Amino acid sequence: MSLPTILTGGLDRESSWRLADYERRGGYQALRAIFSRPLSPDDVIAEVKKSSLRGRGGAGFPTGLKWSFMPRNLPGEKYLICNSDEGEPGTFKDRDILRWNPHAVIEGMIIGGYATGATRGYNYIHGEIFEVYERFEQALEEARVAGYLGKNILGSEFSFELFAHHGYGAYICGEETALLESIEGKKGQPRYKPPFPASFGLYGRPTTINNTETFANIPWIIGNGGDRFLEMGKANNGGTKIFSVSGHVNRPGNYEIPLGTPFVKLLEMAGGMRAGRKLKACIPGGSSMPVLPGDVMMNCDMDYDSIAKAGSALGSGAVIIMDETTCMVRALERLSYFYFEESCGQCTPCREGTGWLYRVVHRIEHGQGRQSDLDLLTSVADNIAGRTICALGDAAALPVKSFIQHFRDEFAYHIDNRRCLVPVEMQREGSRIYVGEPW
Amino acid sequence: MVEVEIDGKKVEVAEGSTVLKAAQELGIFVPHFCYHKKLSIAANCRMCLVQVEKAPKPAPACATPVAPGMKVWTHSEQAVRAQKGVMEFLLINHPLDCPICDQGGECQLQDLAVGYGNSASRYQEEKRVVLNKNLGPLISTDMTRCIHCTRCVRFGQEIAGIMELGVAGRGEHSEILTFMGRAVSSELSGNVIDLCPVGALTSKPFRFAARTWELARRRTVSPHDSLGATLIAQVKGDEVVRVLPLENEEVNECWIADRDRFSYEALRQPHRLNAPMLKQNGAWTEVDWQTALEYVAHAFRDIAAEHGKDALGFVASPHSTLEELYLMQRLARGLGSENIDFRLRQSDFSLDGVRSGVPWLGMNIAEISRLDGALVIGSFLRKDHPLLCQRLRQIAKRGARITAVHAAQDDWLLPVETFMKVAPSAFPVALLEILKAVCSTTGASPDTQFAAYLESLPVSDEARRIAESLCSARNGALLLGNFAQHHPDAGLLHSLALEIARCAGQLRVGILGEAANSVGGYVAGACPSPGSGGRNARMLWEDPCRAYLLLNAEPRFDCADPAQALSALSNAEHVVVLTPFVGEHGDYADCLLPIAPFTETSGSFVNTEGRVQSFRPVAQALAQSRPGWKVLRVLGNLLSLPEFEFESSEQIRDSLVAGRDVTAQLSNDMGRVDWTMPSAPPGLERVSDIPIYRTDAVVRRASALQACRDGTDPVLRIHPATASEVGLSNKGRARVKQGGAATELSVQLDEGVARGCVRIAAACEASSSLGPMFGPVTVEAC
Ligand SMILES: Cc1cc2nc3c(=O)[nH]c(=O)nc-3n(C[C@H](O)[C@H](O)[C@H](O)COP(=O)(O)O)c2cc1C
Ligand code: SF4
Ligand code: FES
Repeated sequence: MSLPTILTGGLDRESSWRLADYERRGGYQALRAIFSRPLSPDDVIAEVKKSSLRGRGGAGFPTGLKWSFMPRNLPGEKYLICNSDEGEPGTFKDRDILRWNPHAVIEGMIIGGYATGATRGYNYIHGEIFEVYERFEQALEEARVAGYLGKNILGSEFSFELFAHHGYGAYICGEETALLESIEGKKGQPRYKPPFPASFGLYGRPTTINNTETFANIPWIIGNGGDRFLEMGKANNGGTKIFSVSGHVNRPGNYEIPLGTPFVKLLEMAGGMRAGRKLKACIPGGSSMPVLPGDVMMNCDMDYDSIAKAGSALGSGAVIIMDETTCMVRALERLSYFYFEESCGQCTPCREGTGWLYRVVHRIEHGQGRQSDLDLLTSVADNIAGRTICALGDAAALPVKSFIQHFRDEFAYHIDNRRCLVPVEMQREGSRIYVGEPW
Repeated sequence: MVEVEIDGKKVEVAEGSTVLKAAQELGIFVPHFCYHKKLSIAANCRMCLVQVEKAPKPAPACATPVAPGMKVWTHSEQAVRAQKGVMEFLLINHPLDCPICDQGGECQLQDLAVGYGNSASRYQEEKRVVLNKNLGPLISTDMTRCIHCTRCVRFGQEIAGIMELGVAGRGEHSEILTFMGRAVSSELSGNVIDLCPVGALTSKPFRFAARTWELARRRTVSPHDSLGATLIAQVKGDEVVRVLPLENEEVNECWIADRDRFSYEALRQPHRLNAPMLKQNGAWTEVDWQTALEYVAHAFRDIAAEHGKDALGFVASPHSTLEELYLMQRLARGLGSENIDFRLRQSDFSLDGVRSGVPWLGMNIAEISRLDGALVIGSFLRKDHPLLCQRLRQIAKRGARITAVHAAQDDWLLPVETFMKVAPSAFPVALLEILKAVCSTTGASPDTQFAAYLESLPVSDEARRIAESLCSARNGALLLGNFAQHHPDAGLLHSLALEIARCAGQLRVGILGEAANSVGGYVAGACPSPGSGGRNARMLWEDPCRAYLLLNAEPRFDCADPAQALSALSNAEHVVVLTPFVGEHGDYADCLLPIAPFTETSGSFVNTEGRVQSFRPVAQALAQSRPGWKVLRVLGNLLSLPEFEFESSEQIRDSLVAGRDVTAQLSNDMGRVDWTMPSAPPGLERVSDIPIYRTDAVVRRASALQACRDGTDPVLRIHPATASEVGLSNKGRARVKQGGAATELSVQLDEGVARGCVRIAAACEASSSLGPMFGPVTVEAC
C-alpha cells in the first residue's frame, strides 16, 4: 500500500521542476484561487491555522500562528524568508524539494507573502549546493516571466518580488536571525531575541521566516483546504512530512509519510535494517535532538507529539539509524565535533562549552577517559543548554546528555577498557557503504 | 512607567528599560561583562543571567526588557547556578595567571571570579592560545585573555565611528583582530583599554610599569582641547604613569581622546627643564631661582626705562592655566604694557572691541547631543575636537543633519549631508551664498551690510542644500571651528554665521574653542584692552618688541606665522621663557624658567562651555620646577607691583571668578564690524591644519602618540587637478615658498583638498620654517 503524498507524489524527475510540468500537476492553481475566490490574507492564515501545519525547520512552531504575528498593515518594506540553509547533519530534504519541485516553494512563498503582507522574499540556499541553487534561479525566472512574481501578480493588486540568496555553507546561518544577518552581508551570528523578526527582522523590518518544506505545503493546503491537510496527519500534526532516513538502512533517502505513521513503517520503506541487524539507536529529528534507544523507537509513531513523548523531538525530520555495529562513543565524538566547529562563538557557554564537550568525548574515545567524565559531560551540557543566545547551544548539549543517559554503560566500558564495546572490525563492517535508490 | 519586582523589591522604571537597568535602580548588582551603558546590547557573555518568573530558562538581564508585574531574582539558586556556570566557561580557556597579567588587580573577570568562580578548575584539557596582535604604539595585546565580549568592537563601530577591530573566525577560533594586521588609528582608540574587562587590551606605554594598588588616583583636567575632559592621573611616587577618564556625563561622558590619555609621557625626562637657565656670552648656565628672577626683573625694568613700556611683549599659550594667564596679564599691565595675547594662531582681531562677551560654544557641551542639525564651518573636526565630533556622530546617527563648509574634507566618520569645499578666501562668499539661500527660504531680510553683496550673487546647489537643512532644524547650530578662527577673515565669518543664524530662525552660533583655556584667556583678560592700542598676537610679531616673556608658548609651532615670530624673537634683546620643557627656545631666549606642567601645579581651565574646572597638583614638581603662578607672583613682587600678594592659586582664581558668574560673560554676539570682501590671492592658497599630536608643547613630546600615524610628519596635500596644473605628482617632492620662507615636502594627492589650495600642516617640524597658516604659496616640483 502506498501512502498519500503532498510534496513528492508524481514527480518524474525528468522535468518536474519546470513550470509547465508544475502547472500540469495543478501548480499555481492555489494562487489563482486566492484572487478568483477571492481569499483575504486573513482567510489564508485561517486556512493554514486550520491545517495545523507546523514548521518543518526544526522547532515545529505552528505556521499559521507565526504568520499572524506579522504587522501586515505597517507601511514600508516587509520580508518573507525561506530557510533552505539545511545544514543539520542527517537532513537532506529541502535540497530535494528545491531540486524536483521548486515551484511548490515559490507558490508557497507568494501565498505566504500575500498572507503576511510581505513585499519581498528571499530564499536562503545552503552554500554547498550549487546545482540546486541554479535550478531555483531558473524556476524564479520562469515564474517571473509567467507573471507569478513581480508587480500586480495575475492582474491583482498584490506585488511580490522573490530572490534567491546563496549562502556560504555555515550551519549557524540556518538559525533564522543569523540567516538575516548573513543576507544583510554581515557575519552569520544569531541575534538576541526579543525583538523577534516579526517586529525587527531583515534590515530592521518585519520579517517572517519559514522552512522550505513548510512553504512547499502551502499551495496544497490552500488548494485542498486546511481540514483535508489536517486529516492527512493527525490532530495537532497536520499533513505529511518528508523524513530523511540515513544510516544503517538498506535504502537511505527521503520518504514522505503522513504524520503519525509508525516508525516501523518508515523503516520498512527505507528497506529495513541492513543485513538484518538490530536497531540500536535512532536520532529521530536531526543531529541536534536526543538519541532514543532502538526499542523505544520501534514503538514510536512519526509525529511531533509522539516523539516528544518518547523523549526526543521530530526536529527537521532527519532519521539517523544506528545498528549494533555502532560505537556510541565514537558517534557522539563525531556529533560533538560538529557543534564545536559550527558554534558561531559569540556567546560564552556555547563557544567554550562545545570545545570542552568535544575534547572530553574525544579523550574518552581515545582511551583517556575517567569515570568522572560522564557526570562532568552531563553537567557541562546542562550549563550550556538554555543559557545561550540561540538553540545551537541546546543542540550541542542534547546529544551529549541523551547519549550518556541511554548508553552510559557503553561509555563506562569504554573508559574502563580503553576501547569500544563494539569491536572495531564490526564497526568497520557496519559502515560499508550501500547505495540505495532515492525516491 | 512599568513596575517590576526584583529580589522582592519593587521599582518603577521607564517602559523599554532592561532588567539590568531596573536592578541598578534598586542598587542590586548583576554581574556582567559585555554590557556597557554607552554601547549597544550584545548579550553575548551571559554573565548577567537571572531568573524570571514563569520563564523556563534564565534570561540575560542586560537584554531582557521589563514587563509589567515581572518578577526577577538575581541571586536565586537558578540564577546563581547559571552565573557560576558561565563563569566556569569564561575561565576554562582564560589563563589563570593573574600575578603576571597587567590587568591584575583591576580585572573584572578576576573580581567576579572571586564571587562566582570555583577554587579549582574542572577543565583538564589543553587551553586555547591566541596569538597577540600589533595594534600600534598605544594598545598592548594579550589575546589569549580575551573573553569575546566585543566591547572593543562595538566601541569602534558605534563611538569611534570606525570598525578597526572585529571578530574573525567562529566558535572557539574567534578572535579579535584588525583588518589585515593594520594598527588601530582612531584618535579615541585608548578607550578600548578601559572597556576591555580583562587584560587582553592594555596600555602599551604603561605596560608592566606598576600595579593598580600602588597608584594614587588623583583628579585633574585635560590641558589639550577646549572640552576640558576630566581625568584621573595615576601616580606612582612622583610620576604620572597612567591617565584614565574621570566620568563626567556633561563633558567627556566616560571617554577621553588618546591625546588626553597618553600625553603624560611628555612630563618626564628627558623632556623637562630642571633648573632656571641664563644665557651668558652665548652659553647656557644653570642658576638659582633668585638669580634668574632678579635677572628678569632687571631686564624688563631696563627695557621699559630705555625703550618705553611698549617695548615689552607678553605671549601666552592658551594651554596655560587661568591663574598663569591672569598673573601674566597683571604683570604686563603692572609694567604698563598692553602687549599681551594668548590667541596665538589667530590672525584677524577685528572683533576685539566689538564683541559683546567671551566667545564660547554658545551652549553647554551636553546640549550638542540634543541638536538636530549643525553646520560646521572651518574645522578639522575629528582631529581638532575628537569628543565633540563623537557627540555629533551620535546625533547624526539619530537623524541630525550635519553639513560643513571647509577647505579640506577629511573623513569625520559621520554622515555629512553636504560638504561645501571651498578655498579659504572663498569662505565669506560661501557663507553669503548660504545666507542668500536661507533668506529666500525664510523670507528674512538680510542686514543692509550684506544685502548689497547678495543681490547678484549666484547660489550654488551645495549652499542651497545647506540652507535647507539649517532651516529645517528645530534645534540647530552653526559651529565655527579652529580653522574659521585662524582664518584671516575670522571676524567676517563670525558675523556671517550670526547673520545666517538670525535669518534662518533661532539657530545658535558656537565657537569650538581651540585650546584648554581659549575661553579662560579672555576671562583672565590676557589680551589687549579695547582701545588701549596694545599689540595683539599678530601685532606682537609684526611690530616687534624689545623684550618678550613667553608663557608655555613655542612660537615656532604655536603661532599663526612662525617665520615672523621667530624673526621678532631673534631680534629681541631679551626673551624670557616660562616652560616646563627643554629643547625649543635655545636660539633666541636668554632666560629659561622651569615651570610646572598641569600635573604639578594647581590651576584652572575654563572650557569651551565656560565651565571653570580647577585642579590640584597630582605630583610633586620635578627638579626645580615651580608652579607658573608662583613664578609670576615672585616676579611681580620683585618688580614691586601692587596687589601681587597671592598665597594660593585658589586665591588668584577667586579674585577673578568667585562671585562672578563666568557664564554671564559669555557671548558670541557683537556690534557691527567694518569689512571688505576679500579677494582670492593670485596662485595657490595655503590651508593649514594643526595635526592632533602637534597642538601644544605637551603633546608634541609624547613619544607613543608621536609614533602613531597621526604623529608622522606632514606631507603637502593637493587636489589631483590642481597638482597637474602646477606639475606636481603623487609621492613626488615639492619646494614650497611663502614670502622669504621655503621648505621641501613630499606630495600626496588628495581629492579632499579644495582646488587651488595646498594643504600643509602647521605646528610641525617640516613646515615650521614657513610663513603664515593662510595666504599665497608657491610650489614647484623638485
Ligand atoms: C543552529 C540552528 C540551525 C538551524 N538550521 C536550520 C535550517 O538549516 N533550516 C531551517 O529551516 N531551520 C533551521 N533552524 C530553525 C530556524 O531557526 C527556524 O526556526 C526555522 O527556519 C523556522 O521555520 P519553520 O517555522 O518553518 O520551521 C535552525 C535553528 C538553529 C538554532
Ligand atoms: S549558542 Fe552558539 S551558535 Fe548560538 S549564538 Fe551562542 S555561540 Fe553562537
Ligand atoms: S552582560 Fe548580559 S549577556 Fe553579557
